[in-house]
Amino acid sequence: MGETITEEYSVAGGDFSRAGYASSQIKKVLKKMGVDTAIIKRTVVAAYEGEVNIVAHAWSGKIIFQLDEAQIRIILEDEGPGIEDIEKAMQEGYSTATSAIREMGFGAGMGLPNMKKNADHLQVESEPGKGTRVEIRMERMGGE
Amino acid sequence: MKVKEIIRILDARILCGDDQLDYTVEMAFASDLMSDVLTQSNDHVLLITGLANMQTIRTAEMSDINCIVFARNKKATPEMIELAKESDIVLMECRYSLFKTCGLLYQAGVKPIF
Repeated sequence: MGETITEEYSVAGGDFSRAGYASSQIKKVLKKMGVDTAIIKRTVVAAYEGEVNIVAHAWSGKIIFQLDEAQIRIILEDEGPGIEDIEKAMQEGYSTATSAIREMGFGAGMGLPNMKKNADHLQVESEPGKGTRVEIRMERMGGE
Repeated sequence: MKVKEIIRILDARILCGDDQLDYTVEMAFASDLMSDVLTQSNDHVLLITGLANMQTIRTAEMSDINCIVFARNKKATPEMIELAKESDIVLMECRYSLFKTCGLLYQAGVKPIF
């Protein structure tokens, strides 16, 4: 016990065929490590929403996944247009999605709000024109 | 309702998961918007959708959905079927509209999630 797992995945902007690959790998590790299934679902739904956001909006990005006995941390960092108004982006229904994103079944302005709903802690930082950093933290015990 | 009953009621074609004909779903959710599918927290629901792409399968994987019906004659690609197999997801295709698909299953006792 006391083991810490760290993994890193790169995510290419615009590559919808691979969107979800990193989240799928994260799910496999969480399952293997015996994390509670309800926590796994909330974690991977939040991670997947974030991964889709990188593919949909950014040029490139990476996802860093860390797991220890107490916490799960997922950091999604991208180089991209950033978010002009984070408060607005957190509102349900606010979207800047293109028609290509909508054709994939997304872009309804639900991503960040759903990440907030599923994560125990969500932190969003962004610099317009440069990129966005999102951190998802889940408590393995005594979370929501 | 068992997968084999869904196939019979919808005159559906099973694409993968032939070994799971006795898998049972109590509830279903119908949407072409994956964002909405990702907001529902029930487990083991049947997803009825007209959106056939890789993200449909990924969304099901993340949401612990083990069974998908593609309505209005939408076709799954070999790539989608491969990915579904990896996650033990049953895929079916049916030629009925989303409305008729839902109506037939509702009539036969499948429940909505809300």
